[in-house]
Amino acid sequence: MQKYSVFSLIKNAFSSHKNWDLAWKDPKPKSEYDVVIIGGGGHGLATAYYLAKEHKITNVAIIEKGWIGGGNVGRNTTIIRSNYMHDENGLFSEFGMNLWRNMSQDLNYNVMFSPRGIINLAHSDAQMNVYSRRGNSMRLNGIDAVLLNREEVKKFIPMADFSENVRFPIFGGLMQPSAGTARHDAVAWGYARQADSMGVDIIQNCEVVGFDVSDGKIKGLRTSKGDIKAKKIGLCVAGSTNILAEKLNMTLPIETHLLQACVSEPIKPILDNVVTFGAGHFYVSQSDKGEMVMGGDLDGYNSYSQRGNLPTLQHVLTEGIAMFPFLSKLKMLRTWGGIMDMSMDGSPIIDKTHIEGLYLNCGWCYGGFKATPASGWTFAHTIAQDRVHELNAGYSLNRFSTGHLIDEKGLGTKTWIS
Amino acid sequence: MLYIKCPHCGMRSQNEFAYGGDATVKRPELNKEISDSEWNNFVYLRKSPRGKHLELWQHISGCRQWIKVERDTLTHEIFKTFKAEE
Repeated sequence: MQKYSVFSLIKNAFSSHKNWDLAWKDPKPKSEYDVVIIGGGGHGLATAYYLAKEHKITNVAIIEKGWIGGGNVGRNTTIIRSNYMHDENGLFSEFGMNLWRNMSQDLNYNVMFSPRGIINLAHSDAQMNVYSRRGNSMRLNGIDAVLLNREEVKKFIPMADFSENVRFPIFGGLMQPSAGTARHDAVAWGYARQADSMGVDIIQNCEVVGFDVSDGKIKGLRTSKGDIKAKKIGLCVAGSTNILAEKLNMTLPIETHLLQACVSEPIKPILDNVVTFGAGHFYVSQSDKGEMVMGGDLDGYNSYSQRGNLPTLQHVLTEGIAMFPFLSKLKMLRTWGGIMDMSMDGSPIIDKTHIEGLYLNCGWCYGGFKATPASGWTFAHTIAQDRVHELNAGYSLNRFSTGHLIDEKGLGTKTWIS
Repeated sequence: MLYIKCPHCGMRSQNEFAYGGDATVKRPELNKEISDSEWNNFVYLRKSPRGKHLELWQHISGCRQWIKVERDTLTHEIFKTFKAEE
């Protein structure tokens, strides 16, 4: 594989950039693989990459119904954080933060990781107490957390509405300075390019139509490009998990919902951090291009449509303008939607299943993008070793039936309760 | 915008309604021995189909009645609405 560097850039400039190698091949599926990963999103590509890199398993195929990077890895709002209170989420996400910090070097691809800090706003003394507790839990797990008072928040975001006669006055906030953003599509291209160079077949426009299971073991899968035998299969299809689960006669603790996001026209730099206004179901950051990147609540009903509905967008932006009045002057550039696996406790599932050789990676709710490297790393471990790693031991499939739910926020799909 | 025909009030916009989830889920019967797996099925497991989905909505800013709606989860087409007991 061609290494990307300033020297290769100069060298290729002499031939008018006509001789760059293809970033990845477009192979036909072989009849048999050691491991097949279904889903060519961030998590699937990362899983294949870590299978090859960490476990030296290279007879691997990624089967993608559409094209790689066309799903939620290209539809999210690029936020990377590990500001969780509970050990399962905190340790897992902080492990991922370390992978993010080295990702551009590791993949030889600039993912533009920008640790600009995230601020969660608080609007009452009680919420400040809750954030203080969460911040302390984070610090015990080695995650940086700073409790900000009202004046300190004002230094970071002076353009927010700090008046006192509003529904949600700013009392302070919890900040994770090492959190940030990254260029989301570059993550997909970087993982794809490296996985391909180590021998992984990336097979696009190939839909899975069924599975071959006998004696409780996975034998292979049927696709629109023919049958493929596989010793192990990993499902990495957040948003379509329920559809594939049905083909496997499985019912999962997951509902599929629609989440929207939008960006404004680009403006000059005004917002340095990622800011969440949870009480108003709104969060915002500013992209490197200057667009205000905004998002909020689910549309609220089961949906497989990758397009949003206006009432939710209107609600989210109404709240956004309440916190940041200057947003009312901006025009919207784009809005879009993605379909999410909403698990019943708001935390994901990375586990084995009752079918031998079938592994499940799903239920990412709102937080799939930031988990991409840690999810790929732990899922690769789970598949290669046929046992979960201690980092994803809490993300078990049976935690719902045994009562070991992760009580991070207790939301899950039932957002209409909140 | 979804337009939902409330069987009590007529056609109204989705802003008047709150979503109540899958209407086919049945609570285990009272006064019977109920296994953990039955509770698990009722509380957590959902089919979440792509296509026709029978679901509960509450006309929260209208008559406040719970109703059933048959809706396509891919196209959002609403085929039929019923009273909750139908």
